[in-house]
Amino acid sequence: MLLAAGAVALAGVIVTRPARATPASMQEAIAKVVGAAPVTPGKVKLELPPLVENGNAVPLVVKVESPMTVADHVKAIHVFTEKNPQPNVVSVFLGPRAGRASVSTRMRLADTQTVVAIGELSDGTFWSDRADVVVTLAACLEEP
Amino acid sequence: MASALIRVPERARRGEVIEIRALIGHPMETGYRRTQHGDRIPRDIIRTFTCAYNGTEVFRAELHPAIAANPFIAFTTLATESGTITLTWAGDNGFSATESAAIVVE
Repeated sequence: MLLAAGAVALAGVIVTRPARATPASMQEAIAKVVGAAPVTPGKVKLELPPLVENGNAVPLVVKVESPMTVADHVKAIHVFTEKNPQPNVVSVFLGPRAGRASVSTRMRLADTQTVVAIGELSDGTFWSDRADVVVTLAACLEEP
Repeated sequence: MASALIRVPERARRGEVIEIRALIGHPMETGYRRTQHGDRIPRDIIRTFTCAYNGTEVFRAELHPAIAANPFIAFTTLATESGTITLTWAGDNGFSATESAAIVVE
């Protein structure tokens, strides 16, 4: 009974926010990048603060374990969100000349949600990590 | 105009992994906000950021509206030779900015 009520409440939340990206649209955006290739958890480390007071500028760091040689390196790193208006956040393209696969930036978070980072390796495999972030003041909603 | 702050080490040993940090003043208007009258504010973001080391592209980023205002990007590259590191931002409404820094590799 409680479970059913919970499911209804959750459905209500999703239905009342049609303008937001949803986990499904995030999956679509991910599929555009990876195609049919499987995405395996591991190798990638996504660092985000677990609790964010201000969603307008949230620091994130993505690192991928890789020797970064010509034969074995990280080609690209992509970051996606579930509940921002658009699922894409940033895509970076690097190569063996990066030395290390490590990128930092600052992102907006429209809501408490899961952020996913995907690393694309030179051998064509995809690896991922996810981070759950609780946001108290959401970005994107304030009026100028 | 746009003000950019970049940090590139002045000197490095050959083969050393150096960190480059770049910050640029830009509103990164998402295109999802509205004014008090309900009019949508058009999107105005930086879409691409590239780093060229002596003319060779070593790093590129595609930005989306989910990147915070005044985009900050930090990444690494190998110090291969002395020369110039050039950072370029490009975006909506013909936005373009370039900053470069000299590096001595010994």
